[in-house]
Amino acid sequence: MTKAEKQAELIRDISGVDPYKCMKCGKCTATCPSYAEMDIKPHQFVSFVIRGEIEALTKSRSLEKCLSCFACIERCPRSVEPGRLIDAARQLAARERGGGFLTTEEVPEMCDPDTPSQLLVSAYRRYRR
Amino acid sequence: MQRIGVFVCHCGSNIAATVDVKRVVECARLEPGVVFAEDYQYMCSEAGQTKIADAIKREGLTGVVVCSCSPRMHEATFRKCAEGAGLNPYMLEIANIREQCSWIHKDMETATEKAVVLMRAAVAKVNLNVPLKSGESRVTKRALVIGGGIAGIQTALDIAEAGYEVDIVEKTPSIGGRMAQLDKTFPTLDCSACILTPKMVEAAAHEKIRIFTYSEVEKVTGFVGDFTVDIRKKARSVDIDKCTGCGVCQEKCPSKTAKSEFNRGLSKRSAIYTPFAQAVPNVPVIDREHCIKFKTGKCGVCSKVCPAGAIDYEMRDEIITEKYGAIVAATGFDMISLDKYDEYAYKKSPDVITSLELERIMNAAGPTGGHLERLSDGKPPKNIVFIQCVGSRCADKRGKSYCSKICCMYTAKHAMLIRDKYPDTNVTVFYIDVRTPGKNFDEFYRRAVEEYHVNYIKGQVGKVLPQPDGTLLVQGADIIDGRQVLINADMVVLAAAIEPDPTARKLATMLTASIDTNGFLTEAHPKLRPVESPTAGIFLSGVCQGPKDIPETVSQAGAAAVKVIGLLSKDKLLTNPCTAKADELMCNGCSACANVCPYGAISYEDREVRGIGVREVRRVAVVNGALCQGCGACTVACPSGAMDLFGFSNRQITAEVDAICR
Ligand SMILES: Cc1cc2nc3c(=O)[nH]c(=O)nc-3n(C[C@H](O)[C@H](O)[C@H](O)COP(=O)(O)OP(=O)(O)OC[C@H]3O[C@@H](n4cnc5c(N)ncnc54)[C@H](O)[C@@H]3O)c2cc1C
Ligand code: SF4
Ligand code: SF4
Ligand code: SF4
Ligand code: SF4
Repeated sequence: MTKAEKQAELIRDISGVDPYKCMKCGKCTATCPSYAEMDIKPHQFVSFVIRGEIEALTKSRSLEKCLSCFACIERCPRSVEPGRLIDAARQLAARERGGGFLTTEEVPEMCDPDTPSQLLVSAYRRYRR
Repeated sequence: MQRIGVFVCHCGSNIAATVDVKRVVECARLEPGVVFAEDYQYMCSEAGQTKIADAIKREGLTGVVVCSCSPRMHEATFRKCAEGAGLNPYMLEIANIREQCSWIHKDMETATEKAVVLMRAAVAKVNLNVPLKSGESRVTKRALVIGGGIAGIQTALDIAEAGYEVDIVEKTPSIGGRMAQLDKTFPTLDCSACILTPKMVEAAAHEKIRIFTYSEVEKVTGFVGDFTVDIRKKARSVDIDKCTGCGVCQEKCPSKTAKSEFNRGLSKRSAIYTPFAQAVPNVPVIDREHCIKFKTGKCGVCSKVCPAGAIDYEMRDEIITEKYGAIVAATGFDMISLDKYDEYAYKKSPDVITSLELERIMNAAGPTGGHLERLSDGKPPKNIVFIQCVGSRCADKRGKSYCSKICCMYTAKHAMLIRDKYPDTNVTVFYIDVRTPGKNFDEFYRRAVEEYHVNYIKGQVGKVLPQPDGTLLVQGADIIDGRQVLINADMVVLAAAIEPDPTARKLATMLTASIDTNGFLTEAHPKLRPVESPTAGIFLSGVCQGPKDIPETVSQAGAAAVKVIGLLSKDKLLTNPCTAKADELMCNGCSACANVCPYGAISYEDREVRGIGVREVRRVAVVNGALCQGCGACTVACPSGAMDLFGFSNRQITAEVDAICR
């Protein structure tokens, strides 16, 4: 197994998402409030995982821009729930940096003034120890 | 001792690729009673059947085992072949080594072992088989069609044209179904009423057809050829024989607050009403929930103005009992509720409508007199957005997993009609896929794009936000161009998924017909028996079986009629001889069997019972062979082992189990 394949599998494990269920309807992309600022769009997350292009995904701006608002998770008609892939990619990125979790002190350094506060709240909710 | 022949089928590679058929043959030769065994590529083919028939004659076989596909597939075929060669057909058994073996195993070794075991069990059974003889039952030469949409009407007309009597039971006050609500129809754009109403009138006028509207099936008993059905004729409060259809009552009725079902709640109707002007029969009903006379005792206007004296406030529901040889389900569909789809603001804005509501709005007899206008302010919409697949193709909890099949085409129709009549209107369609696999269907859709410049966008709509200025902000994705689109629309039309009529489930239970997980009635075979239900004598017509458009519905309706005609043309039917029988010596009359029999086939009689050391009059179970369907429930319920089933006796089943465990 190549590193890319391993990472793709890891992302599928962490997220519980089966990317093959996606029918490319675009509902996630249509519903996403941060669409404009993302380089990889919600319906494309799925394709990146299928193609095994995880590097690109974990380096993507979309990781910071996704609000974790859950709109795409709520509304995806195929229950693919692409937002979970972003979540998993974030975790992967964090793990690769060493240490699976963020500490409260680390967070402010990572934020720029544009970072939406909803994202911060959501991040604390999920990544705190 | 029987002389048994075993025939092992390859089914091309279906069986032979996973099961070592030669080894099954060799093992068969070692089984007690087996005098002959061979294999062949396709046992069901003419050459294969000849092999079986020749062996029966040449080897003097008294029993046959065919190791092949499921008995549902070819048991009848092989039994007919055995009968042709002079063997009682019930001396032949099938060992299912395809569906239950080769198709579900990958490993040849395991599969072969299992095939041998299945063969052994069948041989053990045949060793105990006895010849059985079918009885005969009569055929009532009349059919019942449940549901009076285009499917039911067409089926009834075709049966009646062949000379048989048909009754249509329709739950609403008029026949016509959904097609009566449509404005124009794809792919030719002819007016729906112009092609439907003549058929409605023809059905009403046909001497072989009786129509019971405002009626429902209450109870069904009996079996193929001989069903007994209770029909509830709901109290119409108007005498159908006296009413002339003048309509005065509807005009004068002071209660005009009920929502018109026909106009999908977009307009009001009187308490005494016919759903639409061309209703058949053209006789109103009183909706007692909205009638002032029924609510307060006062009013009675309709009775005063009716020149025919047809109003009858005392009328009650009436139950009639009729006999039928065949029953056709044609209960059609409805659109799903959009309660779970908040994002489209259907509940919030009157300008977000379903496609069926749009049909009513575009119809000259509809709530807006056929003018395309916003229901909020009556203004003509300048920007319309259509959203396809709303609630269809959903693997989540909100919607239906299937494609509703008709919405791609009717959305193209709506878009085209609007662009044609109101060329200043911008029309955008959000789609996931455009599915148009029908005759002249893709050409139809392409015309919408090429001739009428309808703006098709591949992608879905995320949300519809009603704005303070009364417009609707539509946020969608264009995933081909890779952008998010925002459209200020005046009207949004949702192509909501269709689902089977909610009453279909209850009806299926009454008919002992099966339904699938989506509530559509199931066909006996998805390819080869598409208009028959697995229950003998029950047939399927129209959307109750699965989504379809009018051309397909009408074809299926005709096919169902042919099956009914084929059945009714017979004078007698052979009955299944595999019925239950109680051994009087062992039966103690405990009633356990009658309590479990789903067909009410068991009763009790006082009989003189004679046996070794016994001679007395006792209450014992007696099975009515005409009603018994051979389900076997009673044989397992009987605590004294008195109940047994011909063809599946307790001894035979034990022998099979023994052979499997050997
Ligand atoms: C918006 C829209 C537009 C459409 N446009 C087109 C088009 O342009 N061209 C085309 O080919 N098709 C079109 N269709 C499809 C078309 O409507 C159907 O193919 C057709 O109506 C199916 O007929 P049916 O008789 O099977 O069902 P239905 O029309 O639903 O009729 C069923 C009948 O059975 C009755 N019923 C139900 N349950 C019971 C019961 N338990 N007892 C007694 N009676 C019962 C109902 O009251 C109804 O009268 C459209 C559909 C929609 C929703
Ligand atoms: S909403 Fe779901 S099915 Fe549709 S494109 Fe996004 S992930 Fe795929
Ligand atoms: S009696 Fe009832 S149906 Fe008749 S006119 Fe009065 S309200 Fe209408
Ligand atoms: S027919 Fe078209 S609009 Fe309807 S569910 Fe199928 S793909 Fe969607
Ligand atoms: S087998 Fe028994 S339970 Fe089943 S239908 Fe016949 S009598 Fe009734």
